[in-house]
Amino acid sequence: MTSLSNGHAANDSSPSPSPSPLPPPPFKIPPIKFTKLFINGQFVPSLSGKEFETVDPRTGEVIVKISEGRKEDIDVAVNAAREAFDNGPWPRMSGVERARIMMKWADLIEENAEEVAALDAIDAGKLFHLVKVLDIPAVAGAIRYYAGAADKIHGEVLKASREFHAYTLMEPIGVVGHIIPWNFPSTMFAAKVSPSLAAGCTMVLKPAEQTPLSALFYAHLAKQAGIPDGVLNVVPGFGPTAGAAISSHMDIDKVSFTGSTDVGRAIMHAAASSNLKPVSLELGGKSPLLIFDDADVDKAADLALLGILFNKGEICVASSRVFVQEGIYDEFEKKLVEKAKAWVVGDPFDPKSQQGPQVDKNQFEKILSYIEIGKQEGATLLTGGKRVGNKGYYIEPTIFSNVKEDMRIAQDEIFGPVLALMKFRSIEEAIKGANNSRYGLAAGIVTKNIDTANTVSRSIRAGIVWINCYFAFGNDIPYGGYKQSGFGRDFGLEGLHKYLQVKSVVTPIYNSPWL
Amino acid sequence: MATRVLSSLRSASLSSASPSIGLYCRWVRSISGISASSAAETEPVTPPVQIDHTQLLIDGNFVDAASGKTFPTFDPRTGEVIANVAEADSEDVNRAVSAARQAFDEGPWPKMTAYERSRILFRFADLLEKHNDEVAAIETWDSGKPYEQAANHEIPMVVRVFRYYAGWADKIHGLTVPADGPHHVQTLHEPIGVTAQIVPWNFPLLIYSWKVAPALACGNTVVLKTAEQTPLSALIVSKLLLEAGLPPGVLNIISGFGPTAGAALCSHMNVDKIAFTGSTGTGKIVLGLSAQSNLKPVTLELGGKSPFIVCRDADIDVAVEAAHSALFFNQGQCCCAGSRTFVHESIYDEFVEKSKARALKRVVGDPFRSGVEQGPQIDSVQFEKILNYIKSGIENGAKLESGGERFGSKGYYIQPTVFSNVQDNMLIAKDEIFGPVQTILKFRDIEEVVHRANSTSYGLAAGVFTKSIDTANTLMRALRVGTVWINCYDVFDAAIPFGGYKMSGQGRVRGVYGLSSYLQVKAVVTPLKNPAWL
Repeated sequence: MTSLSNGHAANDSSPSPSPSPLPPPPFKIPPIKFTKLFINGQFVPSLSGKEFETVDPRTGEVIVKISEGRKEDIDVAVNAAREAFDNGPWPRMSGVERARIMMKWADLIEENAEEVAALDAIDAGKLFHLVKVLDIPAVAGAIRYYAGAADKIHGEVLKASREFHAYTLMEPIGVVGHIIPWNFPSTMFAAKVSPSLAAGCTMVLKPAEQTPLSALFYAHLAKQAGIPDGVLNVVPGFGPTAGAAISSHMDIDKVSFTGSTDVGRAIMHAAASSNLKPVSLELGGKSPLLIFDDADVDKAADLALLGILFNKGEICVASSRVFVQEGIYDEFEKKLVEKAKAWVVGDPFDPKSQQGPQVDKNQFEKILSYIEIGKQEGATLLTGGKRVGNKGYYIEPTIFSNVKEDMRIAQDEIFGPVLALMKFRSIEEAIKGANNSRYGLAAGIVTKNIDTANTVSRSIRAGIVWINCYFAFGNDIPYGGYKQSGFGRDFGLEGLHKYLQVKSVVTPIYNSPWL
Repeated sequence: MATRVLSSLRSASLSSASPSIGLYCRWVRSISGISASSAAETEPVTPPVQIDHTQLLIDGNFVDAASGKTFPTFDPRTGEVIANVAEADSEDVNRAVSAARQAFDEGPWPKMTAYERSRILFRFADLLEKHNDEVAAIETWDSGKPYEQAANHEIPMVVRVFRYYAGWADKIHGLTVPADGPHHVQTLHEPIGVTAQIVPWNFPLLIYSWKVAPALACGNTVVLKTAEQTPLSALIVSKLLLEAGLPPGVLNIISGFGPTAGAALCSHMNVDKIAFTGSTGTGKIVLGLSAQSNLKPVTLELGGKSPFIVCRDADIDVAVEAAHSALFFNQGQCCCAGSRTFVHESIYDEFVEKSKARALKRVVGDPFRSGVEQGPQIDSVQFEKILNYIKSGIENGAKLESGGERFGSKGYYIQPTVFSNVQDNMLIAKDEIFGPVQTILKFRDIEEVVHRANSTSYGLAAGVFTKSIDTANTLMRALRVGTVWINCYDVFDAAIPFGGYKMSGQGRVRGVYGLSSYLQVKAVVTPLKNPAWL
C-alpha cells in the first residue's frame, strides 16, 4: 500500500542482539481530539450512547473510548449522504471545483502529517517514522492524483451503426459505503474516499474498530477544506452491526470493501439480498514470490524478507509464499535466516524499529496458532516462532522451510510475520506452484532474464506482478484481486471508474454527412 | 475568446436556459448603462503596474540580445512606447535552443516523476493567482484588451489551464497492445523533446498557457517566442514558473519578429516540434520551414471566418447578444470570431435591428476604465486594415447599420460596425477582418446555410442557435469546423479541444487532445516464450 518502489529491505541499521521491545520513546503522543461519529459535518455521539475501546497494541491498554455506530447511526449517515447527493452542491459542482477543495484537503493533511501518523502508530502499532514519510504523504498524493482526475472524466461519443447520435455520460454512482481495514487505516481511507469524491459521490465510511482514529481526523480536515456537510460521513463501529447495515442498506448505491475474504463473502451476500448494489472487494492473499537461479541472491533475500515483514506481515499482498529455484536455494535460505535474525522488532515509535506489534490480541493468537500448525504439519521452523517480550503483541520474524503446497501455512492467509519457503526446479513448476492457491492478489518475480519475466508475469493469475521489486504501489497503478482475492481495482483510473455509472444517450439524426 | 471561460469555473451556478452565455450577458448588461463615449478622448489611465522585465529569458536568466538590439512595444491606446525590449535574432534562438536541449537531454525535468512535475505546475498556478491583477494590467497595457476581461477571465483561465495539465502529468498512459503472435507489445508515451512555440498578440497569455502547460506536463522543454506587439506579460509569468521550481532552461522566452527569430526557430535543426498560433499566411511559412529543415512536426492554429447560424426558432434576444459578443469580443481580434452571422429570413429584419441597437450601446474606451467593453485595436497596421475592409464593404453595396469609422482621435479605437445585406462574395464575407465588424447574411433553409457556411477555406468554429434538436444534430455534423457551439459561443474550458479544419490549421490545443502534440509514441515489442494467453 505504501510506495517502496525499489522494494529494498530497510535493514541497514545495525543488528540488534536481542530483538525485544524497546523502552517508551521520547515522542509525545498528541491528545486524541475526535472520538465521535462524523455525520453531516458534525461530530455526534451514537444514538444508543454506546462506546467501544480502541487499544494500544504496544501494551494492550485502552487509548480512548469511541462512539459505537450501529444500524440506526448508519441510517442517519446514509440520509445525510443521500441528501448531499440528491440536493447538495457536491455532484453539481464542476470537477475543477471539487478538485480545488480536494487539493486544499491534501495540503491540510500534509501539514498535520505528524499528528495523524501518531494516531495510526498508536492505534495500529505501525512504525511511526515510516507512516510519517510513506503513508501520510501517500494519502496526500492519492487525493491530489484524483483531484487531478476530477476534471478528466470523459464519456465517449459512439459510432452508432445506424442513423443515431449516441454518447455516454459518466455519472457519479451515488451514495457509496466504504468499509476499510485496520492494517493501512490511512492509505485505505485515501484509496476509497479520494476517487469517489472526485467522481462526485457522497459516502459513509466505516473504519475498522481497531483503528478508528485517523479516519475521524481526516473527516475533521475535510470539513476544514470545504467538503460540504453530508458528503463524507465516518461511522466507527463493528462489522456485524455497522458494517452489515451498510452492506444491506437499501439506499446505498455501491459498497467498496477491503478486508478478509470471509467478510467479503458476507458483504456480497448482503448486497445480493438487499438492493443488488454493485460491490467491489479487495480481500485476502497468499502471494507468491518467485526467485530464479539468475537472481542476485542477497537482494532477493532482502526483497523476500521485506515482502513478508513489512507492516508485520499485516498486508494483503505479503509475499507469504517464497519459491526459490534449486540452484540458489541453499545460499538463499542461509541469507534469509541471517537477515531475519537481524530484523529489529520493537516499539513502533522507536526509529530503529523495523517491526511493531500485531494489531490486537486476536491476530496475535491466530498467528501463534498458525506457527503451531506449521510445526505439526511437518514444516521446518528455521527461525522465530515465538512472541517477543512479555507485553503487547510482538512476534518474531518466522520462517518455515520444507513447506508442502497443500499445508495450511501455504494455503491460508496468516496475516503475520510468517514466511513459507519452497523449492522449485523448472519455470513450469514455479508457475504451477504459484497458481496453486485460492487467492490471486499479487506476485513477485526476481530474475535477470526478460523471457522468464514476461512468461511468468502473464502466467500468474494475480492482480499485480512485481518484477525485481515488491510493494511498488503508486496512485496511478491499479491493483486488486483475481480469484478469491476479490474483484474491482483500487488506485489508478480503474479505481475511479468503479464509482461511475455509464449512461448511454441515443437520439436519431437526420441527413448526417457521415456516420 | 475567453470570456466564457468563466462557465468552466462556475458552471454549477449557471442553470439558465442558455448557460454558457448567461454570465457574459449579465456582465454586459450590468455595465452597458455606463457612458464612456468620451473615454478615449480623456487622458489615458496610468497603468497600475511597472515593467520590470524586458530582456530575453534564457537558461533561467534575463539576458540582453546578443546583438544588443531592442525594439519598442507600444501602448495601443496612444501609440506611445511602453518599453524597449531585447530583440532576439538567430544567435539568441541558438542560445535558447541550446539551453532547452541541455535541459532536456541532461537536466532534471524529464527525469523527475510526473507527480513532482505536477507539484511544480500546481505551485506556479497558485503563485500566478496571487499576481493576477499585476499580470492582467501588463496584458491590458500591451494589448489594449479590457482590464476587467484580463483580470476576471483570462488570467484565471491561464491558472485553470495550468492546473488542468498539472493534473494530466501523472495520467499520461501508454497502452499494452494486443499482438497477432507471441509478442509482448507496449507503447511508451515519451516527451517529444525541445519544443518551439510561437504565440500571437490577441491572447498573449491564454495561448501561452494552451501551449506551455501541456508541453511541460509531458516533460518537454520549451523555447517560446512572443508576438512583437505583446512581449511583456510572458516574461513576468515565466519568471513565476521559475520561482515555482521549474529548472533553468526548461522554459526560455524570446521576444522578436517573425522573419528573424520566428524563422530561426522554425528552421532550427535542433528543435523537435513547433506549435504556432497566428495568421494562415504565416502558418504556411512555418510549415514550409519545417519541411525544408528537419521535418519537425507542426501544429497550427490559424485564421477563421466562422459562421454563426441563427435559425428561425432561435430565441432572438439571446442569439443577438451571443452573436454580438461572438464577433466583438476582444475588439473582434479572435481567430474564432463569429464573423459571418447567418440569420433566417423570417427573423432577419428584427435581428439586424436588434444587433444594430446592441452595437450602438457597446462601450468603447480606455481598457483600464471600469465598464469598458472594447479597447483599441492592437496597432496601426491592424487599425488601417480594418478601416479598409469597412470601406470595401460600403463600396460593394453592403448596408452600414452602425459604426464604420475610427473612435476618437487618438490610439487605434474603431466604432463597433454592423453590416446588413451582406453577400457571400463580398470581401467582408470572405476575408478574416480581425476587427469589430459584424456582417449579417440572410438564409432560407438549412441545406443552403450548410453549403454557404462551408464555402470557405477556413474551418475553425461555428455557432448554431436553434431550439430543434434535429436541426442542432444535423448542423453539428455537417459543419466542417473544429468547434461547434450550440446555443452558446466561445465556451473555452480547459478540457474542450480547439483547432481547425481546412486552412484554419492542424492539431488541437487543450483537453486530452492537446497532450498528443507534445508526446512521441514508442512501440516496444519483444517475443514471448510460452505465454499463458495472447
